[in-house]
Amino acid sequence: MSPFSSGTRLRDMIRAIRACKTAAEERAVVRRECAEIRSAISENEQELRHRNMAKLMFIHMLGYPTHFGQMECLKLIAAAGFPEKRIGYLGLMLLLDERQEVLMLVTNSLKQDLNHSNQFIVGLALCALGNICSAEMARDLSPEVERLMRSREANTKKKAALCSIRIVRKVPDLAENFMGPASSLLKEKHHGILISAVQLCTELCKASKDALEYMRKNCIEGLVRILRDVSNSSYAPEYDIAGISDPFLHIRVLKLMRVLGQGDADCSEYMNDILAQVATRTESKKNAANAILYECVQTIMGIEATSGLRVLAINILGRFLSNRDNNIRYVALNMLMRAIIVDTQAVQRHRTTILECVKDADASIRKRALELVFLLVNDTNVKPLTKELVDYLYVADPDFKEDLTAKISSIVEKFSQEKLWYLDQMFKVLSLAGNHVKDDVWHALVVVISNASELQGFSVRSLYKALKAFVDQGSLVRVAVWCIGEYGEVLVNNVGMLQAEEPITVTESDAVDAVELALNRYSADVTTRAMSLVALLKLSSRFPSTSERIKQIVSQNKQNIVLELQQRSIEFSSIIQRHQSIRPSLLERMPALDEASYLVKRASITQATIAADKPALAVTLGGLKLPNGVAKPATSPLADLLDLSTDDAPAITTASTNTAPSDFLQDLLGIGGINSSTTGASSSASTDILIDLLSIGSSPSQNGLPAAAFSLPAQETKPVSTVPQVGHVVPEVMDLLGSLSSSTPVSGTKSAPAIPQDMDILDGVPSNTSVSGPDNIGHSSITAFQSATLKINFDFKKQPGKPQETTIHATFTNLTSISYTDFVFQAAVPKFIQLRLDPASSSIAPANGNGSVTQGLNVTNNQHGQKPLAMRIRMSYKVNGEDRLEQGQVSNFPPGL
Amino acid sequence: MGIRFVLFVNKQGQTRLAQYYEHLSIDERRALEGEIVRKCLARTDQQCSFVEHRNYKVVYRRYASLFFLVGVDNDENELAILEFIHLFVETMDRHFGNVCELDIMFHLEKVHFMLEEMVMNGCIVETSKQNILAPIQLMEKTS
Repeated sequence: MSPFSSGTRLRDMIRAIRACKTAAEERAVVRRECAEIRSAISENEQELRHRNMAKLMFIHMLGYPTHFGQMECLKLIAAAGFPEKRIGYLGLMLLLDERQEVLMLVTNSLKQDLNHSNQFIVGLALCALGNICSAEMARDLSPEVERLMRSREANTKKKAALCSIRIVRKVPDLAENFMGPASSLLKEKHHGILISAVQLCTELCKASKDALEYMRKNCIEGLVRILRDVSNSSYAPEYDIAGISDPFLHIRVLKLMRVLGQGDADCSEYMNDILAQVATRTESKKNAANAILYECVQTIMGIEATSGLRVLAINILGRFLSNRDNNIRYVALNMLMRAIIVDTQAVQRHRTTILECVKDADASIRKRALELVFLLVNDTNVKPLTKELVDYLYVADPDFKEDLTAKISSIVEKFSQEKLWYLDQMFKVLSLAGNHVKDDVWHALVVVISNASELQGFSVRSLYKALKAFVDQGSLVRVAVWCIGEYGEVLVNNVGMLQAEEPITVTESDAVDAVELALNRYSADVTTRAMSLVALLKLSSRFPSTSERIKQIVSQNKQNIVLELQQRSIEFSSIIQRHQSIRPSLLERMPALDEASYLVKRASITQATIAADKPALAVTLGGLKLPNGVAKPATSPLADLLDLSTDDAPAITTASTNTAPSDFLQDLLGIGGINSSTTGASSSASTDILIDLLSIGSSPSQNGLPAAAFSLPAQETKPVSTVPQVGHVVPEVMDLLGSLSSSTPVSGTKSAPAIPQDMDILDGVPSNTSVSGPDNIGHSSITAFQSATLKINFDFKKQPGKPQETTIHATFTNLTSISYTDFVFQAAVPKFIQLRLDPASSSIAPANGNGSVTQGLNVTNNQHGQKPLAMRIRMSYKVNGEDRLEQGQVSNFPPGL
Repeated sequence: MGIRFVLFVNKQGQTRLAQYYEHLSIDERRALEGEIVRKCLARTDQQCSFVEHRNYKVVYRRYASLFFLVGVDNDENELAILEFIHLFVETMDRHFGNVCELDIMFHLEKVHFMLEEMVMNGCIVETSKQNILAPIQLMEKTS
């Protein structure tokens, strides 16, 4: 048996594997083979090495671990014969990668083989090096590779050139060593060498600016010559593909020209003629020719081409776009994306064709076309384009709807000149693809509706009609239910009719029907149901005649297994039954939501880092939910309630005259008291409350820490009891919430002595930290950061029974003699850690350590015990008005956090 | 870097050749192969030969029961890659004579040698069939 042929046993194995009927059988065969190979390796059987390697490659390809064969590769490489080396190197490239330590062992063999007298062995070593070398190997072996680029053998030259690409990519500093040899290779005739050299030049240009300049000076002539030769050359059978001489070389040269000509007028001018020649003389019948044209057009778009050349390119694009071959159309769309930067008008001309492509049967083409349409939209064409896209929603397949709705929504948000049009389009999108609309999109819609007082009638009527027709579209149902709840009377009385609108007759009970349907529909999720309950509650006050019926619907849910719904039902029933007097004022229409602050909030949600300069963010929903044991998960409706009674004198009088407040009222006031202190501390809680309102009961995880909630007897036992105090606190709170503006600070001391504890709660410290010292597990403090200018100390506190949570008290001390203003501390943590920053005590750090800034951080380590805490921090501040920035990493947290 | 990986997959979705030019763990490879194969095999002949997957493109071409898939960077010339696949198949054809799935399975290492001559580190080195096959034929002669 020859050592090279893989022998019958490999065939046997492959047959056995192919005969396997199930994955389990296959695994068994592979396991058996692996065991045999292992034992062959340990017995060091020389003859079987080659065959075993081939088997291992096959097993590896099937996706089984083959690490035990790695050393075998090295042994084969070190062998003297070519066949052994051949398979050894192949195994090396397949089974190993640059991250493995074993690879270091091969450096020496590689060095020997690079200096071997046999060109094939040198070729093997170059190939292996080019595929897997690491940065260290690149440094060690680059002199050899450089030398080999000047070898006499064409094969060695081309492989050395490609190997250099890897070396330059790993160690960009070495680029200058290769500039000279690379450009001299461009004078060769052998296509293999040329294509390698051109690719090396491209890589060098990417790696260093010097190389780019060097290539611009020295290579451009050579490139033009290569391109001319190859496109004019007579028939060369070896490199001919469908009548085109070596399209691959064409394409690589054109690509390098693009790199060189980009932003360089001289170079571009030099290339103009040859590009024009390629663009005109290449016939676009065959795929290979189209590939060249495609690359040529990209190059023309990329460089500083003359306008004549651009026209030529755009014409080729037009031809491509009308081609019937889908591949060609795909690349045409791809090219138009580039062209749009250079020449928008030219692309606009193809708008109809592009729109057709959005509706293509092929997902790849649709996606490209949609992205292109998105780039094409401007103020003048937004309406027809949106109409086309919305119309297409009717027939689009479900997978595509998500992309499509996201794009439509962002188009209409970005370009809407009139609200009516925006609302109309959004309603259509919701009706057709409501299940694919992202939350922030419909949240934004709600904000817009609440601000557009003249269009609320139109909105609620349109939504009501849409709800009748498309009851399955999740986000449509939510928006519709919210609007019916808020603007129910507008719906019934046809208030604010627009001219183009058809009047509809909706009775009070119709409206209730619609909401009831949404509530009880099997496909509705918790959020929708919760919103429906709120809407019903609101309708009960809008339409007194339906109150009894609503009471029944609501009480059906009192036994709902979802806590959120159950709780809402119980609370709402009690409002309907027992608090008739305050109900109308509680359930008034929501004030217009502040668009500006919503946008800020939306933007900040998308940012992953918690910015310390927005203290509002630190006051999380949890804070609002903790204080009362009864109503804790249902914060949002309560916030609703508070919100609704804005500036409402009757509500306050009832509240204050009610000497024995019921549970509910206590809750209400309790929350109010806490809110006052929140806003006092952090001056703009508005955005959070806004989100609260929008994301009604959004996630059960926020529903709080029951233990902490119940461990707060202080709050429960000290209700705000005397009437004058209540009267004083409540209106301000309501004002704060209602106007959603930054507040006049409320002096917390007035409402109740329990306030300090409330502050704790708000800060997320689960219990009375200030009082119960012994409960806390102490941790030593650390110096988290110290530079010549700034020192940061961390003190740690932990709650018993909650090992994951840590409260960090950070102290920032200014070590210089100039005080810092606008001091902001930011921190980032790995994914398994949750971080919440409390507001800083001050934004000014006084000079010379005379006092310091403090700030609380709450850290929850979800992998407590497995991974230690880690944190990146950044401090920005101003010294004499100049911005300064310091950053660092905190890794010296005490163990056990 | 150009080419990220070359895959041969049969109609049943079984991998017949896999060559990666960037490091992926075995699990990642399996996942990736599964995802891509499912995407590509579901497409019809009328649809274009390019599929966007994660942050790269897959250019594929079907020959009888075998799918040849090449993963490339986003700025790579897709049409040229199609041509490259064809060239590869022609090269195998010239060597094996009417190449079929079994040829590739039983001579996996030879196919790898060919690919190695054609592509190195994700770049195309050689496009002449004669040059590609020369070292392989030389080896067969000597052994």
